[in-house]
Amino acid sequence: MLEAVVFYTLAALILGFGVLVVTARNTVHCVLFLVANFLCVAVLYVALSAEFLAVIQVLVYAGGIVVLYLFVVMLVNLKRIPDAYPDPRGRARLGMIMSVAVLLEISLIVGYTAAHPAVSAQATGSLTAGGNTEVVGWLLYTDYLVPFEVASVLLLAAIVGAIVLAKKEL
Amino acid sequence: MTIAPITPYHYLALSAALFMIGVMGVMLRRNIIIVFMSIELMLNAVNINLAAFSTQWQNAVGQVFAIFVIAVAAAEAAVGLGIILAFYRNKDTLDVDEMNIMRW
Repeated sequence: MLEAVVFYTLAALILGFGVLVVTARNTVHCVLFLVANFLCVAVLYVALSAEFLAVIQVLVYAGGIVVLYLFVVMLVNLKRIPDAYPDPRGRARLGMIMSVAVLLEISLIVGYTAAHPAVSAQATGSLTAGGNTEVVGWLLYTDYLVPFEVASVLLLAAIVGAIVLAKKEL
Repeated sequence: MTIAPITPYHYLALSAALFMIGVMGVMLRRNIIIVFMSIELMLNAVNINLAAFSTQWQNAVGQVFAIFVIAVAAAEAAVGLGIILAFYRNKDTLDVDEMNIMRW
């Protein structure tokens, strides 16, 4: 009961802020709605007992990426904001078609899984034994050590790329 | 009145709806910063799915993958915003329709 109330409240907030991000006229307002959306998603992670992921979401997304967006919005100092498409009909139709395609795909998958029920997960409780952070950290530094290092190289490349791209002249 | 318990399908539906909002943002807006924010929304939808199934199967690998998705999203945002700055410096606009040098 409580779980359902929490889920529906958070889902409504996430979707509402998502719509506001896409529809708001002022770009700064869009960024602020994006922060609210990310924070609601972080609360959803807590409800899913993925606490470490929630902290990472707040630190990296709401703390880091959004500040980057705000800096760019300030730096570009828009004189004329490009508004929505002058002929939104064609674009809206295309978007609707894509949305309906995604919805069809999801309902096909749901129908398939409802017809072929998978083996029920054995709730070993390994996810919460010794703390969520410990479990995730253990996996990250044993089974997924190589992807972890590759991710660090990717971030280094992104740092260099961002500096090179944003510099006026090398 | 009883409310049906929350299943992974509920999370799938939420994630699909958020993903569709992101797709609509990419299709409908011309401001390139808002297009980038819509892409972040789509990545968040993917992360909700990963976390939901991670909890359902009591297996933390989904959360590890969500962390990798966040790392790649951070890299993408840094490089993408650098490109936006370079574009703005050259064209003095943020309209994606003006980005047509390499369009055939």
